[in-house]
Amino acid sequence: MNERDLVIVGGGPAGMAAAISAYENGIRDILVLERDQFLGGILNQCIHTGFGLEYFDEVLTGPEYADRFEKKIRGISGIEIRLRSFVVDLTENKVITYLMPGKIETVKARALIMATGCREKTREMVHIAGTRPAGIFSAGLAQKLINIEGLLPGKEIVIVGSGDIGLIMARRFILEGAKVKAVIEVQNESRGLLRNMIQCIEDFEVPIYFRHKVSKIIGRDRVEKVEIAELDGGPGGKIISKKVIECDTVLMSVGLIPENELIEMAGVRLDKNTNSPISDETNKTSIPGLFVCGNAFKVYDIVDTVSKDSVEAGRMAAKHLGIKDEG
Amino acid sequence: MKKKITCIECPVGCSILVDIEDSKIAKISGEKCPKGEKYAISEIENPVREVTSTVRGEGLSLKLVPVRTRGAVPKGRIMDVMEEIRKIKVTKDLKIGEKVSEDLLGLGIDIIATRKADKK
Ligand SMILES: Cc1cc2nc3c(=O)[nH]c(=O)nc-3n(C[C@H](O)[C@H](O)[C@H](O)COP(=O)(O)OP(=O)(O)OC[C@H]3O[C@@H](n4cnc5c(N)ncnc54)[C@H](O)[C@@H]3O)c2cc1C
Repeated sequence: MNERDLVIVGGGPAGMAAAISAYENGIRDILVLERDQFLGGILNQCIHTGFGLEYFDEVLTGPEYADRFEKKIRGISGIEIRLRSFVVDLTENKVITYLMPGKIETVKARALIMATGCREKTREMVHIAGTRPAGIFSAGLAQKLINIEGLLPGKEIVIVGSGDIGLIMARRFILEGAKVKAVIEVQNESRGLLRNMIQCIEDFEVPIYFRHKVSKIIGRDRVEKVEIAELDGGPGGKIISKKVIECDTVLMSVGLIPENELIEMAGVRLDKNTNSPISDETNKTSIPGLFVCGNAFKVYDIVDTVSKDSVEAGRMAAKHLGIKDEG
Repeated sequence: MKKKITCIECPVGCSILVDIEDSKIAKISGEKCPKGEKYAISEIENPVREVTSTVRGEGLSLKLVPVRTRGAVPKGRIMDVMEEIRKIKVTKDLKIGEKVSEDLLGLGIDIIATRKADKK
């Protein structure tokens, strides 16, 4: 079987930073597998600014931040990048099976770094009553539709949850001519960064309801309205009042969870609540030589920290392979 | 008069207090870096925001090319700028930082690509 010193799954910011670092730490045989046709991961759809202040001391958009790493990685001949390569199976012995257009490949990794990012929690996970009409999207999916596909999912939007993605999407919808009728947050304050509360919510006078939850989604074929309920003191509190808001679209921005099905398949122990590998050290797992970095290890707010921690994963992989620190 | 401003220059989000006397800024406090002072002054005198969006690509590797304003837009003109951005269509190769439109609405602001796009 084809064997490589280091295989990295995922070509987002985590995978790219890990690959570059692994090379800089002496690994010369590196394969990066990415299912998309581009490198960059989620950053490609994050067209807003707010990246790179820490890592580059510059205010960059997502694609600009990704490009800094892509340029560097493309310049290193010891790193082979395979796009449209979707990893579907992983064993404890680090045998990786992946699909490329028209073929199936397997490769054995001496060291493996998983940088598969995270996915959004869905409506099912937060339990909202009501019908199942069209018009319910996760915030990240809406972001992809608008920023990559050029499709506006709706005209009158209610956003559930006030995490950063939800806030960023409130502004994005408004800029594209839609109306954001409400942001509904069950806690006492926003879960997002203050700056996003200012530049996405206050700037555009978007109504935000704290200590509220969406109690029902109403609509036959398409969302027609939502019922929201005010909770005494916040989550778990008694319902004090109810109100109906008309809208055609509901965005769920209720958090992210690491995407770790593959390592679970391989037998890595995961925390049931967070879906992160159980580990006493960042990037490590219960399987020696199998590392996890970026949003797959834990959900990071800031990509700069992802890059920093992923550099460590590259170094750890070199150490696992017995390559001595240079210098 | 005192005005409280939350700085948006970085994720820290400093809370800045601006004392205004005789419609002039008398004192600025609470910021942890010089960017905060600059931001606070701008928020009082002429609030501006950078705008990011996309423009349509034709015959390019990307259906949509993400763009940003080079320089910030007065807050009151953001929707006007968006309307102009929506009219832009690009058909040629683009590098990051390359202009797709110049001096939008006479505001002295260019629109630049934030991702490279190749001809198909
Ligand atoms: C919508 C959104 C907005 C954000 N806004 C900001 C912000 O304003 N500022 C900031 O600093 N941070 C922001 N972040 C956080 C930051 O973007 C992330 O922390 C960072 O992108 C995580 O990088 P990653 O490489 O771990 O994951 P990702 O970028 O998700 O990359 C994972 C990659 O792995 C690939 N992959 C997954 N599974 C497989 C498989 N089985 N086979 C092959 N490839 C696979 C995916 O295609 C993807 O390319 C935002 C995040 C999101 C989701």
